[in-house]
Amino acid sequence: MVGIVLISHSGPLAAETAALAAGVCGVEVVLEAAGGTEDGGLGTSPDLVAAAVERADRGDGVLLIPDLGGAALTARLFEGPGVVVADVPFVEGAISAAVTASAGGSLEAVLAAAEEARHFRKL
Amino acid sequence: MGAEVGAEVLTPAFFGAWIEEAARSVRAERDELTRLDAAIGDADHGTNLDRGFTEAVRALGERCPATPGAVLVLVGSTLIRKVGGASGPLYGTAFREAGKALGDAPAVSAADLAAALTAGVAGVRRLGSAAEGDKTMVDALAPAAGALAEAVREGRGLDDALGAASAAAAAGAAATIPMPARKGRASYLGPRSVGHQDPGATSAALILRALHTVAARW
Repeated sequence: MVGIVLISHSGPLAAETAALAAGVCGVEVVLEAAGGTEDGGLGTSPDLVAAAVERADRGDGVLLIPDLGGAALTARLFEGPGVVVADVPFVEGAISAAVTASAGGSLEAVLAAAEEARHFRKL
Repeated sequence: MGAEVGAEVLTPAFFGAWIEEAARSVRAERDELTRLDAAIGDADHGTNLDRGFTEAVRALGERCPATPGAVLVLVGSTLIRKVGGASGPLYGTAFREAGKALGDAPAVSAADLAAALTAGVAGVRRLGSAAEGDKTMVDALAPAAGALAEAVREGRGLDDALGAASAAAAAGAAATIPMPARKGRASYLGPRSVGHQDPGATSAALILRALHTVAARW
């Protein structure tokens, strides 16, 4: 299964978005949160992201979803074979990616699903 | 005074001295960098860079690598882990790419340094998708790399060549004042970012000034 790593400037935001996406999926999905700094402050920790990528890697690829700014740049440091960054809305992208990943989609399919979230209308 | 551009006189100790001088400059200008960042960013640039360069000096002090390339890669990796924000990945990538460009040589020339700076700037452009004119550190780094490459082509000495690079970086940083930001946190302000010098371009100019300072006494 493709793993998903949510990278936010805020630890609670990353953790709760992961919980929300997992809850919406309702089935097993590999979602890891890497939010905030190591001391619990606002920011992005490359070490926390590295650990989350490792946990999320089940052999089928890892999709990184950053919230903004420095989180996106930190995510890009981990780009490589089997690890891609999605430039998508944080919450909608996470849910869309998680649903496709839990259905057994490939890394390409999970990335495409996350990118579709850009065009979701709420009303 | 100064070495010829082709002479391989730049040792790991030179690069270590550069990082120490950069750390001193960043410490001295920390509050000014944070003031600039408070105007158009999140008011942490001085503090973050001070922490990162202090850690880089500490890392080199614990185990100074045997080649200039390895020195810069270690500095870059330390900055990525310790600076945070966007500037950690950006400066870290600049130093790591510059270090990789220097390869395994035990000492390098000004011409090698010019190629490394160009590689570092290319890494920053790639990671941040920023171009000149976006009001970022690229506005200081790109002219500096260009000026250094030109000085090397003209066969100017090390001191002179890095003086030109430092002057180009300072001019590039000053030129960000009238620009509206198109990248980073300041871009959310759009036209309201006009009239403020970019903190990233300012710190980039400081780091290149430190390089010249060290070269002048090398």
